[in-house]
Amino acid sequence: MGNVLIYGEHAGGSIPKATAVAVGAAQQIAAASGGDTILALLGNDLGGVKDAAAQLGATKVVCVESADLEHETADTRTLAMKAVAEATGSDTVVFAATTAGKDIAPRLAASAEAAIASDVTAVNDDGTLVRPMYAGNVFATVKLESDFKVVSVRTTAFEPVEGAAASASEDLSLSIEKPANAVEFVKLDATVSDRPVLTEAERVVAGGRGLKSGDNFTTVLEPLVDALGAAMGASRAAVDAGYVPNDLQVGQTGKVIAPTLYIGVGISGAIQHLAGMKDSKVIVAINKDAEAPIFSVADFGLVADLFEAVPELTEKVKSLA
Amino acid sequence: MKILVTAKRVPDPETTIKVNADGTGIEEAGIKWVVNPFDEIAIEEALRIKEAQGEAEVVIVSVGSADCQEQLRTGLAMGADRAILVSADNPDPTAVSRILEKIVEQESPDLVIMGKQAIDDDSNEVGQMLAQRLGWPQATFISELELAGGGGSATCVREIDGGLETLSFPLPAVITADLRLNEPRYASLPGIMKARKKPMEEIDASSLGIELGRSVTIVSVQPPPERAAGRVVESVDELIAALQGEAKVL
Ligand SMILES: Cc1cc2nc3c(=O)[nH]c(=O)nc-3n(C[C@H](O)[C@H](O)[C@H](O)COP(=O)(O)OP(=O)(O)OC[C@H]3O[C@@H](n4cnc5c(N)ncnc54)[C@H](O)[C@@H]3O)c2cc1C
Ligand SMILES: Cc1cc2nc3c(=O)[nH]c(=O)nc-3n(C[C@H](O)[C@H](O)[C@H](O)COP(=O)(O)OP(=O)(O)OC[C@H]3O[C@@H](n4cnc5c(N)ncnc54)[C@H](O)[C@@H]3O)c2cc1C
Repeated sequence: MGNVLIYGEHAGGSIPKATAVAVGAAQQIAAASGGDTILALLGNDLGGVKDAAAQLGATKVVCVESADLEHETADTRTLAMKAVAEATGSDTVVFAATTAGKDIAPRLAASAEAAIASDVTAVNDDGTLVRPMYAGNVFATVKLESDFKVVSVRTTAFEPVEGAAASASEDLSLSIEKPANAVEFVKLDATVSDRPVLTEAERVVAGGRGLKSGDNFTTVLEPLVDALGAAMGASRAAVDAGYVPNDLQVGQTGKVIAPTLYIGVGISGAIQHLAGMKDSKVIVAINKDAEAPIFSVADFGLVADLFEAVPELTEKVKSLA
Repeated sequence: MKILVTAKRVPDPETTIKVNADGTGIEEAGIKWVVNPFDEIAIEEALRIKEAQGEAEVVIVSVGSADCQEQLRTGLAMGADRAILVSADNPDPTAVSRILEKIVEQESPDLVIMGKQAIDDDSNEVGQMLAQRLGWPQATFISELELAGGGGSATCVREIDGGLETLSFPLPAVITADLRLNEPRYASLPGIMKARKKPMEEIDASSLGIELGRSVTIVSVQPPPERAAGRVVESVDELIAALQGEAKVL
């Protein structure tokens, strides 16, 4: 049987947890097929990323360096991943269901006439896959009916490989014919934050429209976020209102998170929001409306005015330290 | 300029969706069907381009059963010029992308605007697949679009995990809309009246000469795992005690 190829993301010289988790998921898929797991790293100048990639538990790391691979644009990455899959005898390609994975995976599937399952949450022994639909109200078991397959995996549903031996590493040179109408990267306005990465954090404090302003996010919510050493998240309503940047949105159409502790503050708990945080281990809700739907998924609900409860909670958490 | 937009018929996002008794699909009784919210944003964006340019044609396509006419009329009432209904029985994203490829070949639009994901199947696939089939540039999850060079090229801002990314590319291209691209208008009463007379072409997918079989089969569907019921705490002190004691997360 063929090998399982994993798309390796990297930024600023490091590899996100999402890719480590994708390797874990790929191992489960490879266990059924009997093939190897191969991590593909694409970039212009990979440098130290190569060493980091070798620690993730894949059987082998394959590195492709080219000036055309400087940026993560879907058209060029599709060409490269298809070529790497062929060169490595891979018949399944696994992506993390990040924005990069979601951008590239379907394009690769179409280019190879491969069946695709997006945002997969479980791999069954018979090779079928489980994926959520309808904002997590329905879980479908699906079968991919093609020889070549593409899968993107939900990063909260799998674990990185523990205690793996270092992988062999190999450079592969490919000639990629960049099309004349290729997409050009212009710039990235990266969100800089000293806090933990939202999708990787053990603790998340998320704020909603109940905060009423961006200033209140700063003065009321952030002290609690930092007292807990947490990442900050938000509802769509808070992002739409401009209180916080887009990359904090948690939900069906934002990020999916599953921290050990999630605290939702001034968030009503619409189904689209719940779809992004329902798998958190412990859920706390602070809302002044006892009927708010978020209480139906909360382990601990506090019916209170957030402008009183949050500062009190912040002070008391600080005094624990 | 000609813009093609897609409109999928999906359950209203306010509807509570449940798995049906025999585990083969969802309970459809009582569902209100709407235009996929991301597709409404796509339609709105096309209309804004038309209004800014003075001259442009907006063609709206839906793939599915005859019921999709309702969603196409909604798009026409918002201001699209004409509609195409492609009848197909239960197409998967690959099949939808093959159908749309044929429609693009017939219509030769300068730009295809789609939603980033349909809120029923949540696949987030069709736009990227279509772009690949056509060999066109793609920009997914966009929150800003600017046309340049007399409509010959575009610059888009995309909402990605690490922030906001800007891309530029020549047209024709496929772009997929994220939530913050715009706020879609409601259809006006005169718009609804006019929509009744706007042309709606019907095409049978089986006449397009393409493979429509599913490459992904759904074996079964299950409801999500239930969460154990939680409890209400009376004070911040009780909350802290619970998080330290019972939950052991503080
Ligand atoms: C297609 C689509 C996709 C969507 N995707 C997402 C998504 O990915 N993520 C997402 O979050 N949403 C998403 N939504 C939006 C979602 O439906 C809700 O509108 C949104 O989550 C509401 O945000 P909120 O809870 O902050 O606001 P609201 O629903 O307005 O709730 C505010 C809450 O704050 C409480 N409150 C107000 N003042 C106080 C106070 N002083 N103290 C305590 N509590 C207070 C209120 O009781 C209320 O419950 C989507 C919607 C659609 C249609
Ligand atoms: C009435 C009906 C019933 C179905 N029932 C089942 C079922 O029981 N089991 C099953 O496995 N599949 C079923 N399907 C197929 C399933 O809906 C496909 O997966 C779907 O058509 C395409 O995938 P998506 O919605 O996840 O697309 P996404 O990739 O999430 O959609 C992205 C964008 O593509 C465009 N788009 C997608 N689909 C259409 C469309 N049909 N028309 C116009 N634009 C579109 C929209 O702009 C959308 O925003 C059904 C389809 C229909 C129409």
